[in-house]
Amino acid sequence: MLVWFHQRVPALLILSMENKEKILLAHGSGGSLMHDLIEKLFKKSFGNEILNELSDSALIKSLPAEGHDLCFTTDSYTVSPLFFPGGDIGKLAVCGTINDLAVMGAQPLYLSCAFLIEEGLDYDILERLTKSIAQTARQEKVKIATGDFKVVEKNNLDKLFINTSGIGIRHAGVKIHKETIAPGDKIIINGSIGEHGLAILAARGDFDFQSTINSDCASLSGMIAKIIQVSRGIKFMRDPTRGGLATTLNEIVLGSNFGIRIFENNIPIKEEVRAACEILGFDPLYIANEGKVVVIVAEKDVEVILDVMRRDALGGESQIIGKVVKEPKQKVLLQTRIAGTRILDMLTAEQFPRIC
Amino acid sequence: MRYIDEYRDRGITQKLIKKMLNIVSDYSSPIVLMEVCGTHTMSIFRSGLRNYLPDNIRLISGPGCPVCVTPNSYLDKAIAYARKDDVIIVTFGDMIRVPGSSSNLEKEKSTGRQVRVVYSCLDALSIAQDNPDKKVIFLGVGFETTVPTLAATIKIAKEKKIRNFFVFSGHKVIPPAMQALVKERSPHIDGFICPGHVSTIIGSKPYEFIVRDYHVPCVIAGFEPVDVTQAIFMLAQQIVEKKSPVVEIQYSRSVKEEGNRKALDLMEEVFESEDSNWRGLGIIPESGLKIKQAFSDFDAELSIEVEVEMTKEDKGCICGAILRGIKTPLDCVLFKKQCRPENPIGACMVSSEGTCAAYFKYGK
Repeated sequence: MLVWFHQRVPALLILSMENKEKILLAHGSGGSLMHDLIEKLFKKSFGNEILNELSDSALIKSLPAEGHDLCFTTDSYTVSPLFFPGGDIGKLAVCGTINDLAVMGAQPLYLSCAFLIEEGLDYDILERLTKSIAQTARQEKVKIATGDFKVVEKNNLDKLFINTSGIGIRHAGVKIHKETIAPGDKIIINGSIGEHGLAILAARGDFDFQSTINSDCASLSGMIAKIIQVSRGIKFMRDPTRGGLATTLNEIVLGSNFGIRIFENNIPIKEEVRAACEILGFDPLYIANEGKVVVIVAEKDVEVILDVMRRDALGGESQIIGKVVKEPKQKVLLQTRIAGTRILDMLTAEQFPRIC
Repeated sequence: MRYIDEYRDRGITQKLIKKMLNIVSDYSSPIVLMEVCGTHTMSIFRSGLRNYLPDNIRLISGPGCPVCVTPNSYLDKAIAYARKDDVIIVTFGDMIRVPGSSSNLEKEKSTGRQVRVVYSCLDALSIAQDNPDKKVIFLGVGFETTVPTLAATIKIAKEKKIRNFFVFSGHKVIPPAMQALVKERSPHIDGFICPGHVSTIIGSKPYEFIVRDYHVPCVIAGFEPVDVTQAIFMLAQQIVEKKSPVVEIQYSRSVKEEGNRKALDLMEEVFESEDSNWRGLGIIPESGLKIKQAFSDFDAELSIEVEVEMTKEDKGCICGAILRGIKTPLDCVLFKKQCRPENPIGACMVSSEGTCAAYFKYGK
């Protein structure tokens, strides 16, 4: 991984028509503009002893690896608009990767951060996003150890994409794995679903509806660390992001020798989310979340885990939403409000607002 | 949520089902009810209501999904419009994945054609105002529910002299399709669960000829589990007690006997009826709506020339028979194999109200 250096596009200076400073192709060309950007923006915001070296790859000298396993993950982030109620793409890129480490039971330590930017982006957008990334990383005690920055010609991508990779460590004693799940285990979620997807949809403005719904975008690492500390009864965790809760539950039963039974009445959904879904014809079970985690726990530990979760700021509304069952295998069944039962399937295609 | 949760109440639903069991338990023949509207089909599956119904009540799904009954020829023409450089296609979301003879609007969009999804036809008007050098064509697909707002939009376009806004009308009206079904007597239908939204506009009178001439009882139903259960109970009561059939309104919190006069006036001012081609049902007299002469400047078909490919039907697809209630998706060899929501062969798999989509999503 090269750190902030990589020449791909020819230097081409474009003067901004407005008074606003713009990101130019030259910012990504390895020349003085890029060095300025690294010094004034990235080093200033992210600066730490590893990054400040600006070497070709981050050198991490002492990983506390004795008795620990390493977890390593990567994710790319693209969202429109870049800023939305409850967050922005920067916060999302940090929290999303941290959460992927956290649900494995790992403590996140280091992140990489790579920007792909469309030429002509307002400089202050990059600045605000960088600050948001730095702030979120600081709060979560992770270091941005390495990074990259590319500018591509206008119209070759939509404003700005971010890729973050993350390294975390997990105590070798933590046995969080799908294979440990067994019938009788309980399924917990830490709060209400569907908020991120709807906040984005409303912010996008494609549909003439306004809402007070905020994205739930948050790092789950702190809350998860607390429950791991109190219980060895955590079997599995996953964050229900794209495809929503229904898709995550289906991923869990896929290829397994158990099924899942979910109780519709127990799934926390905010009133605004339910109302917006009613109007648009969406099913909140399929809408993306960015600060939720599905935790599968042994029945004997469920109370102690729920108690810890409910005392955390991100888990106040934690609920047992279902249980692992022996039959039918590899299926998710939903017990509806009127106590009917139906299959809850994976999201097969993007949801669209309906005609009538 | 008020006015919703009450209608999803487990206790009330169970009570109604108990009452229903009481009246149908001694009834010897099966009772076949058609839910005309696709939203009812979805609601029935989604709530798991089928698990509770008495064994001798059979529900079959009808043609009330606007996307599903829109024929390939319409889609081919819409796709041909989309391929014109100076055209922006504006549509409700359900339409964009429906396959035409050789493409769909989603594929066209991915090749750079301008296809935009909106939630209201008024958004199409704003798009026209924002793109004065483009012809903005709104795909008018829907039943009586959506026609009045489109009529109002066309009137606004006329008042504001917006010359680049057009409507490609594929609108249909429900009662003639119900007539076509009972006339054919296949499938046999003992009662209709009539659409709640359509009836909010047209009222209950347009169904009266069905009970009078064909002796099939009708109940206009809302969309929540309690609504649908109560409507089935009301129909069962009419059938078992062998009263002379009537049109009843279960969805009285929304539907009035006379309908919505203002909406109907708007519809009649801008649209007039014409014969229309329904997927699966063929051409049904007076079952479609076209734009009246006074507003013909906004009629895409009259104003924008386009060359359309020869329409082909997929031979294996039985959407037509499913829309008539003769077959279910389980009878289709393509169902869940080649035809899946991510790769739909027929329209009924695409729409959120489609019978195949309902069976796929909830019916295993």
